[in-house]
Amino acid sequence: MQSRWLGRDIISIRDLSRDDIESVLLEAKEIRPNPDALRGKVVASLFFEPSTRTQLSFGSAVERLGGQVIGFSSGDVSSKAKGETLSDTIGVVKGYADAIVIRHPKEGSARLAADVADVPVINAGDGANQHPTQTLLDLYSIEKYIGRLDGLSIGMVGDLRYGRTVHSLATALTRFKKIKLRLISPPILKFPASHLDELRGLVEFHEQEELDLRGLDVVYVTRIQKERFPDIEEYEKVKGAYVLRAKSVEEQLSAKSIILHPLPRVDEIHTEVDSLPQAKYFEQAEGGIPVRMAILKLLLLGESK
Amino acid sequence: MSEDLKVSKIKRGTVIDHIPAGMAPTVLRILGISDGASNVVVVAMNVKSSKLGQKDIVKVENQILDEQKFQKISIIAPQAIINIIDNYQVVEKRGVSCPHELEGILKCPNRNCITADRLEKMLTYFVCEKEEPLILRCHYCETSVAADRAEIL
Repeated sequence: MQSRWLGRDIISIRDLSRDDIESVLLEAKEIRPNPDALRGKVVASLFFEPSTRTQLSFGSAVERLGGQVIGFSSGDVSSKAKGETLSDTIGVVKGYADAIVIRHPKEGSARLAADVADVPVINAGDGANQHPTQTLLDLYSIEKYIGRLDGLSIGMVGDLRYGRTVHSLATALTRFKKIKLRLISPPILKFPASHLDELRGLVEFHEQEELDLRGLDVVYVTRIQKERFPDIEEYEKVKGAYVLRAKSVEEQLSAKSIILHPLPRVDEIHTEVDSLPQAKYFEQAEGGIPVRMAILKLLLLGESK
Repeated sequence: MSEDLKVSKIKRGTVIDHIPAGMAPTVLRILGISDGASNVVVVAMNVKSSKLGQKDIVKVENQILDEQKFQKISIIAPQAIINIIDNYQVVEKRGVSCPHELEGILKCPNRNCITADRLEKMLTYFVCEKEEPLILRCHYCETSVAADRAEIL
């Protein structure tokens, strides 16, 4: 049987079917560190912009499977500073590695890399566009703590306009049944209308400004990102718009519900929430390791027999 | 068709009918017709149309559309009918259709798209996402753009 995964790229959540998502999550659930799995395999980690967390997580995943990592971690030291095109850089690196992990400030860069490379390319963030392994680890946490991905009520809170993680998660949720989304944001940070059109008919959604958590299985909180605002005054108006406090969590959320956050957080979840049973954002970040191990294994070795 | 008779016929060339009202200048730009053109070009704007309410018509003598121009017109005038004329007669009639892939035809509206990177010098590539209304998506940055707002290169 031909492998569905061997040699494939992971560029966008749009490329993944329900089956694809479920097989990554299943693999992630079962995978254990194994120094022989990727022995002799080299993964190039090309970080054209810094992202310590994602880079360390990929690095750790490769090492736990016995593979080796080469690469760089900032655009300044790379070939870009010498004026080389991304196409040329990838054209060279594909000869040095069995897979490429790329993070780049321009949207579409990862797709370009995948078009050029004949080895698997994993997108670790292309500007404001996609970061599919983040979404997969979000889904991994939801399934782990809630026990299912169908029939969920999910509240997305904060910056729904510029927040890449919520767009991507919403797209992924269209693959599942009976999803209800409560989109909670200030009016100027509403979910983009064009993206809502894509969700229409596939998930039920409701937009509101009020932070009301009642009936939600999952609360997905995002940071209002200063760097995304073209106008700093606009940022000043909405920063700190939502602060999740222990009192409202205890009053409004069931003990089985969970709170997620892609991290880093600023003040949108008060530290007093950290000790509540619903707070799962630190565990969520840990899920990045098995999910990335699973992806590397699938792309480089294929699915388990 | 009485409005059509107000403008002269052409002997050989192309008639593009059912262009949305006001889009004729864009069609001329796509056809590469500028001040220096010497062939006969007939433009009718805002004529009555049962299909569109109002429409534009462009007739160009001695020019047959190549595939790239055809695709560009498909985007800005999805209901256009292209008539090939020979010896004053329509010899071929062709409706335009949503092209499934467009290479180097549209500019990506996202300024941070890799295709807008001057160093990269690459062609844009759009894929048809939805037919009615026509929505296209950048293969690279995944920005979707409504055809009537797309910037033709």
